[in-house]
Amino acid sequence: MKDNLSPLSPIDFDHMSSEDVMVLNMGPSHPAMHGTVRMVLTLDGETVVKCDAEIGYLHRGFEKQCENATWTQVFPYTDRLNYVSPLLNNFGYALAVEKLLEIEVPDRCNYVRTILGEVSRLSDHFTCVGAGALELGAMSAFLYAIEARELLWDLVEEVTGARLTVTYARVGGLKDDLTEDFPERWAAVEPRLHSTIDRLDRMMTKNRVFMDRMQGTGVISPEDAINYGFTGPVLRSTGVAYDVRKDHPYFAYDRVDFDVPVGTTGDNFDRYLVRVEEMRQSIRIINQALRDLPDGPVSVDDPRIMLPEKEAVYNTIESMIAHFKIIFEGVQVPAGEVYSFTEAGNGELGFYIVSNGTGKPWKLRVRPPCLYLMGGIDRMVEGGMVADIIPTFDTINMIGGEIDR
Amino acid sequence: MIDYVAILMLGLVGVAMCATVVALSVLFGPRNPSRWKGTAYESGSEPFGDARIRLDVKYYMIAISFIMFDVEAVFLLPWAVVAKDYGAYGFVVAMVFVTILVVGLVYEWQKGGLEWD
Amino acid sequence: MDLVWELLIILLKIVVVVLLFAFPIGSLMTLLGDRKQSSLIQNRIGPNRARLPGINHPLVGIPHFLADGLKMIFKEDIIPRQANRFWHTLAPAISLFPAIALWAVIPFSDHYCTGTATMVDYRDVCVDGAFYNLFSISNLEAGLLYVFAISAVSVYGAAIAGWASNSKFSLLGGLRSSAQMISYEVTMGLSLAGILIIYGTLNLNEMVVVQGQLLWDWLPMWGIVVQPLAFFLFLAAMMAETKRAPFDVPEGESEIVAGYFTEFSSMKFAVIQLSEYVATVFVGSLVSTVFLGGWQVPWLYGDGFYFGNTDEPSIPLPYWLVIVLRVGSFSIKTLFILWLQFMLRWTLPRFRYDQIMTLGWKILLPLSLANLVITAFVVLVLL
Repeated sequence: MKDNLSPLSPIDFDHMSSEDVMVLNMGPSHPAMHGTVRMVLTLDGETVVKCDAEIGYLHRGFEKQCENATWTQVFPYTDRLNYVSPLLNNFGYALAVEKLLEIEVPDRCNYVRTILGEVSRLSDHFTCVGAGALELGAMSAFLYAIEARELLWDLVEEVTGARLTVTYARVGGLKDDLTEDFPERWAAVEPRLHSTIDRLDRMMTKNRVFMDRMQGTGVISPEDAINYGFTGPVLRSTGVAYDVRKDHPYFAYDRVDFDVPVGTTGDNFDRYLVRVEEMRQSIRIINQALRDLPDGPVSVDDPRIMLPEKEAVYNTIESMIAHFKIIFEGVQVPAGEVYSFTEAGNGELGFYIVSNGTGKPWKLRVRPPCLYLMGGIDRMVEGGMVADIIPTFDTINMIGGEIDR
Repeated sequence: MIDYVAILMLGLVGVAMCATVVALSVLFGPRNPSRWKGTAYESGSEPFGDARIRLDVKYYMIAISFIMFDVEAVFLLPWAVVAKDYGAYGFVVAMVFVTILVVGLVYEWQKGGLEWD
Repeated sequence: MDLVWELLIILLKIVVVVLLFAFPIGSLMTLLGDRKQSSLIQNRIGPNRARLPGINHPLVGIPHFLADGLKMIFKEDIIPRQANRFWHTLAPAISLFPAIALWAVIPFSDHYCTGTATMVDYRDVCVDGAFYNLFSISNLEAGLLYVFAISAVSVYGAAIAGWASNSKFSLLGGLRSSAQMISYEVTMGLSLAGILIIYGTLNLNEMVVVQGQLLWDWLPMWGIVVQPLAFFLFLAAMMAETKRAPFDVPEGESEIVAGYFTEFSSMKFAVIQLSEYVATVFVGSLVSTVFLGGWQVPWLYGDGFYFGNTDEPSIPLPYWLVIVLRVGSFSIKTLFILWLQFMLRWTLPRFRYDQIMTLGWKILLPLSLANLVITAFVVLVLL
């Protein structure tokens, strides 16, 4: 794989004495390394000649934990993967298990998942764009973005009951339907989101200082991006229009109309622009999905998969048994393996699960999009200046919980 | 003379203020030195060596350019103050000087002395 | 007047200027201009928790500024083991010293006239008496050169602080700040050469007096009117000198943590911070002195407002009121420039380091040279 990569500019390490270079720890406890990561930088003056990214500071053994939990008990763990958009992880995992179960969720569920998934994606992109502005010194833009995120998280809280640890999806459906007034609340939030996006656009997109910082920094070629396994906005910024929602549609994405924005140069500015445009597209998707939202149940009607109503559990023996079986033994997933992938905030979020026919996963492996982005970060920052690490690291939008699992 | 005495007094007041505030923290602040507290901050990791390394030549380039242009600025300021009195003669002389300055700037620019990478 | 009396007056002036103007405004503007105003920009409430004993009201956050200073006193002063203890201790003082010393030459109002003040050809004259320097600490003839000299000293504070800490982030910050400050010093000097040609003096009070002249009998000859380009060049250079955003890369907290004062804590940290804020206030006062007419109120001279070059004032005012108006005018202009700097800070992202250098050497320096040549030429032609 290394042979496929275009060569970096050669560095003459042999003729460089240890006095010429400065080896500097950036992270784990550094204001710019949010999400706890360590970069060991070799600097020549202010130029980065070598960058070693070291991850693992937030490792909690997610994959191993899951092997000791029933299929349903994994949901809270997935909340903590990409903690800025927990709903997308929830839905991604639910989709994987449903594929292995070979069940179809009701149409309304698909639409609700689409809607809330895009709300989550919006919050992810708002955080990323805002934090990028903050680290370049534009604190006001950050607070505007975070204010918009609060609106989104209020929506999420209203539906799911939590802002961050939502645990909203279930195998075969959802915990609850959308609240009745969700469309009205969304209609109230939507113009404010638009105005925030436009405001950020005005503050940054045409700001000379911002452009100078972002343009031409952290560049990666489409070939390198593909070889490293980049996905999501970072890949799209190089001009490769790969979006799981478009190329391998799931949920209701094949029934809504949206564009996949792509960049041309693959630098930080393009990544920023792609994210801003994706926010606009997400709003479009939500509007369409809300318009077409079908009636009906949000969960499959199968007592072996979904918990019955509490009322029924207390009053009928069949429901009591079903409840008991799901809680104690878990959903019985037939033996087999499946790789299922969805488009999360940072790219392709894959779940590879193996079942041995019991109520617990035999093996659960996550493909976090950030891991591959961090794998290629040295290629993006080497040869640039120390200050360029800041926007590059931010537009990659590494999330510690997801990368270290 | 009294003007210079005033500056001296202001300087003394400044020094006294620094001494007072630092002394305050020495008097009232806690002192619990420890091995890890005493290490240089390097993002929570143990530092690789210290910061006494050979510095990049670019900083010296900047310093040399500064000396050139600032000394020339120092020559220009006295002329500027009396420029009205010297009239055309002074103007021509100063322009010759500025031309040399500009040539130097252009030369350094062309040679890449102002480039940062 | 005898010497003791004179020294006492100087001491009084120092106390008033430094302790009652520079520091309170420096630290108050930190709070009101920086924290409270930024909170308004960003739809937040801002500091509102600290209370003065007995007063159950946030008082727009002023207690926070007291609490912050008080808190610093009770913090541990940590000196890294490998640091150079001597210079590490001295560095904050070296930063604060120029920030204070610079105030020596700023005129807060015109010299006090012991006789009767009136106006001749748009200039104050003192009948039956003499002008006595009461409103600036020192009436140096080479006032502006003094400012340049002292502000050059402030480079040492940052450079020594960065080097003495013997930490890599501090070193990078120290190198960055010294390179940035010396780069912009060139522009700072050259951008003022044009205005020196017009004013023909280095004495700051005399500069302000000259700015009382009227063009075409109605337009005050403020620096910003006769040298608009130099105003922006000088403001940018001064902001870079004091390392304010968007030129705050030496302490750009995201990449090199806190820059040259990463290793400073307790009151030493506070002193460095304070010196930066005092320097920021000084920028406001210097820019308003040189470019915004300093203590001048348009058309106001020794005994009132003159609309036209007449013998009697159109609106006569008592002398004490004139002084109050002038000091007030100077303060308002200073605060305005200060406010402008804070607004810029909350609006713009910061430059990258090489971009600052490019801006300084390739844009501001040629522009200030061009400004000088054009000014000299125009003055030559007009005379």
